[in-house]
Amino acid sequence: MGANPDNALLDDLIRRRLDEILPQKLAELRAQKTPAMTIIATKGTLDWAYPPFILASTAAALGWNVSVFFTFYGLNLLKKDLSDLKVSPLGNPGMPMKMPFGPEWFKHINWNIPNAVQAVVPGFETLATTLMKQTIHNKGVAEVEELRSACVEGGVNLIGCQMTVDLFGFTHDDFIPEVKEYCGAATFLPMARDADVSLFI
Amino acid sequence: MSAAVLDAKGLNCPLPILKAKKALQGVAPGELLEVYATDPGAVKDFEAFCRQTGNELMASTQEANVFKFVIKRIK
Repeated sequence: MGANPDNALLDDLIRRRLDEILPQKLAELRAQKTPAMTIIATKGTLDWAYPPFILASTAAALGWNVSVFFTFYGLNLLKKDLSDLKVSPLGNPGMPMKMPFGPEWFKHINWNIPNAVQAVVPGFETLATTLMKQTIHNKGVAEVEELRSACVEGGVNLIGCQMTVDLFGFTHDDFIPEVKEYCGAATFLPMARDADVSLFI
Repeated sequence: MSAAVLDAKGLNCPLPILKAKKALQGVAPGELLEVYATDPGAVKDFEAFCRQTGNELMASTQEANVFKFVIKRIK
């Protein structure tokens, strides 16, 4: 093929023309396409409830197509009642322990409480959760429930992992009715393949 | 032309954007929405929001610690 001088000339012309046209054409196609995002939400604590719901609700507000696959502890984020989500400072050295009340100097103290103490004080997690909820409120940060509602309103596709539902002995009735689909990895992966953004949280 | 007003003061990311998106749905194309916010992250976020959603950010100003955004609904 390449031996034919006419073809070589033609190929060269096509290549040069494509170099000129293609970037603009690709940009056009990209601009026309509705962006898509898929998230795998695997954590079921108060703090880790935020990233998937913030990103999903914001992407929906930007007009993106969003699907979130809730698996393992992430299933807790789909429960009808979210009030028992907790945060644990135990073994979590990244978590600042600051008081949400009192004078400014007091609020700035980072209480460095050893794991050994946290582990033996009954109700430590509940206390930390109460303080965190107060901080969330003080700072004008949304409640998890509010962000989840924003996801539902924005048309975010909430998907439950059927295997984990069985594993943990849940029933579909434990979860909000907006969860339209329960499936497995084989259903989720093709969605993630077609998405522009895919995150594991 | 009177603009719709959204008070998002005291709210933190991503609430100002989520509320603005909702408020824009009640604004006719070509009309304006004024948003007031105190979250410093909102300045960049509203630029990105308008660029992504194809609406026009007519103004982004600051008075004391309050940011004001004027958004024209295009589509």
